Amino acid sequence: MKIQFRINGVEKNIDVDPEMPMLWAIRDILQLTGTKFGCGQAYCGACTVHLNGNAVRSCITPISAAAGQTITTIEGLSTDASHPLQKTWVELGVPQCGYCQPGQIMQAASLLNQKKKPTGAEIDQAMTGNLCRCGTYTRIREAIKKVAGVRK
Amino acid sequence: MSQKNLYMTRRTFVTGLGLSTVGLYFGAFAYAQNKATTEPSGAMGPKPDPEQPVEEQKSIGLNPNVFIHLAPSGLVTIVCHRSEMGQGIRSSLPVLLADELGADMKQVKIIQGDGDKAYGDQNTDGSNSVRGIYQDMRKVAATARMMLVSAAAARLKVPAESLEARDHQVFHKASGKKIPFGDLAIDAGKLEIPKPDQVKLRPDKEMKRVGGKLPLIDGPAYVNGTAAFGADIRQPGMLIAVIARPPVVGGQVKKFNREAALKIPGVKQVIEMPQPAPPYGFQPWGGIAVLAENTWAAMKGRDALAAQWDAGPNGQYSSATYRESLFKSVRNPGEVMRNVGNIDTALSSAAKTIEAEYYVPHLPHVPMEPPAALAVFKKANGGSCEVWAPTQNPQAAMTEVARVLGLKEEQVTVHVTLLGGGFGRKSKADFCSEAAFLAKATGVPVRVQFTRTDDIQNDYLNTVSAQHLTASIDEKGKVTGWRVRTAFPPIASTFNPKEDRPGLGDLQQGVLDVALAVPNVRAEACRAPAHIRVGWLRSVYNIFHAFAVNSFIDEIAHARKMDPRENMLEIYGPPKKYSLDELGVKELRNYGQPLEKHPVDSARLRGVIEKVTQNSKWKSRGKQKNRALGLAAHRSFNSYTAVVASMRKRPDGSLFIDEVWIAIDAGLVINPDRVRAQMEGSVINGMSHVLFGGVTHKEGAVEQTNFDGVQLVRMSTAPQKINVEILRTENAPGGVGEPGVPPVAPAVANAVFALTGKRIREFGFANSGLQV
Repeated sequence: MKIQFRINGVEKNIDVDPEMPMLWAIRDILQLTGTKFGCGQAYCGACTVHLNGNAVRSCITPISAAAGQTITTIEGLSTDASHPLQKTWVELGVPQCGYCQPGQIMQAASLLNQKKKPTGAEIDQAMTGNLCRCGTYTRIREAIKKVAGVRK
Repeated sequence: MSQKNLYMTRRTFVTGLGLSTVGLYFGAFAYAQNKATTEPSGAMGPKPDPEQPVEEQKSIGLNPNVFIHLAPSGLVTIVCHRSEMGQGIRSSLPVLLADELGADMKQVKIIQGDGDKAYGDQNTDGSNSVRGIYQDMRKVAATARMMLVSAAAARLKVPAESLEARDHQVFHKASGKKIPFGDLAIDAGKLEIPKPDQVKLRPDKEMKRVGGKLPLIDGPAYVNGTAAFGADIRQPGMLIAVIARPPVVGGQVKKFNREAALKIPGVKQVIEMPQPAPPYGFQPWGGIAVLAENTWAAMKGRDALAAQWDAGPNGQYSSATYRESLFKSVRNPGEVMRNVGNIDTALSSAAKTIEAEYYVPHLPHVPMEPPAALAVFKKANGGSCEVWAPTQNPQAAMTEVARVLGLKEEQVTVHVTLLGGGFGRKSKADFCSEAAFLAKATGVPVRVQFTRTDDIQNDYLNTVSAQHLTASIDEKGKVTGWRVRTAFPPIASTFNPKEDRPGLGDLQQGVLDVALAVPNVRAEACRAPAHIRVGWLRSVYNIFHAFAVNSFIDEIAHARKMDPRENMLEIYGPPKKYSLDELGVKELRNYGQPLEKHPVDSARLRGVIEKVTQNSKWKSRGKQKNRALGLAAHRSFNSYTAVVASMRKRPDGSLFIDEVWIAIDAGLVINPDRVRAQMEGSVINGMSHVLFGGVTHKEGAVEQTNFDGVQLVRMSTAPQKINVEILRTENAPGGVGEPGVPPVAPAVANAVFALTGKRIREFGFANSGLQV
């Protein structure tokens, strides 16, 4: 089945099983590998992308849900890693292994889209679906607060 | 491949040139083998470019060993031969070499080394990448520096001693003359390579960047999606394999529906995997592989197999039953492994004895990146295989792939991608050899992809343990005796099924090496046969030994009505370096390091305890209704760490940790920010252990399937603040990746006791009726 959508500013029309999770369409069909597979059941958030600007877990969202919609992946958050979250992530040395970080950043970007200056509790709540096995949570929090310009 | 084989042939002549762990090798430079696809990160400068001048592509210039190449353009290429899994080794080790060389980091390119014995040991585990090879890596760079200085001395007709190599140039102080490194590359490359014993290191004070703030070299690639992990590598015509593996170790396929799988659109082949036989080691796990055009089709195809299994000899393995058998084992004497004084007399003459039992379940690795590996097999010239994998141990992968394919190791190339976490799981070569087997069987490139369920159910789990500790206290309240009985299936059982109790190499981790100022000490190893593939997980046996030791010390403190810190300092004892006799052991493996270089030093343990309790204001903490502190300290991997955890109670009775302090003495430190990051991560990792526990088995199989069953600390359970203190001492470098974890769980458990009066003696708060 042909499914048409916009991803990172580019129109795509792909012939794919409509049940295929967005994650595998993005990674295997479109070959955008910045979006990561972590659990396949929306427990870890490694696959987080934006659908019309809001964070979704691409591993449980069928690609059919993207028909006529707009997807943004980590590759499309900025063209040159210049998004304030990306810059602050590097500046504060947030990543350890880096694997979960595209998902973390997409989740944080979605939060800041919805609320420019979230409280600490709102940050914790918004980010708690994104696992990091290396344990970078305190730096993720610090980076989001820095970008949002809220007190630590 | 042909180029590789040429170099391999030359390399086989190079053995034992005098360095302890790395082989200095004359001639060919590893860069020459690297293909563009090898480089895992888009952020570390340009990939090898076919348009580049040929001199930078080949080994023209100075290349005294496999680690360093200086091109006439001035470009220095440094190979990072250890795997990057979040510890920041690619941001650390090359800087050490560049500092010793006197190179400008702006003119340094870092590339990831393939699996190759010429590098010496590449197994990135044991917190070993700095502590194990620090001196050797400096020698590697110092060799190149001495050759540059010699070439400059000849050209300027001045003594070498009057020259200095820094800022990518060789300077002559007296005349003010200077020659850029690049201009010396060809001349220096023609000189005789100094022998390792002639190589002199720079004075430490000349090491400019080491110990300072270093950039995170892969940072930009991590945040823009270009960092290449195992599953991010592609080859034309590649199929994705998802494998139905036997859920029980030693189990076999009974039946499956091949046709149903082949009916799924996109599924191309269904292939039975070879059945492994004990000892299992790193063999593929068996089962049935479904190969498809994309991952989704492969996953659906595997579901359609509806595979059924014969459980085999381990089908009765159950955590509940095995737990009881372990306790039974430690309630009886075992093999004496450490003995000081006479524990029997101490116990029989005691005014008071204290006893406690501790249990720690199997713990999974669950790296965020599930295992994945891509293999390409070629029939030509007797066969060859090329693998791309997030492996901690590319040489083990070469060995296992060669065995499975019936090739020689030199016919196998293993490229190391970035690792999305390792924690010991990716030291094992099973997923690499699965991919290699399928690439040969199909004749097309194959990427094996583990799902999360595959990862949890086909892990080399950390072992399961029970410990029984007994202490004697005399009429004056002094601790006179300490006896520990420990039982756990050792990792050795994965390689030799006859190994059924802890050995010397296992008990160095928190039993034989614990400083105890107690006159009578005995440690006994008790029997525990394995029913699963036991593997090593970050911090390994230290996890449960440090838990028991530090919890028991805390129990003694409360029995003696002493402040836990004062009691701990008394038991770990006055500042002292322990001899084997004083420890009461015949041998201490000491993480591969001589005891003279890395003694068991209670002064350093005291140092971190004092620092962490000072930082957390331990002495003035007072008694609060809803907050309490817990303390623990441990020596592991030649480093010393101490942790204080602050536990709070919510009005509904649930508990949370709001702040943690951790102090580490790892001796010399190259990259303080990455050490700090490792300590922060260790706190989270240790908290996951103690708050949520591990996995359980029923009828031989792991019961948990995803992150609903395997719970980890999340943002909502992470402390608001983790305070790290790195003690800067003059000691030789110790490990960093693992030593932070062991004291975390007992610090939390001790805080729980201080706050609630409830003693946690096993991991998983729920097992003690506590609510997180």
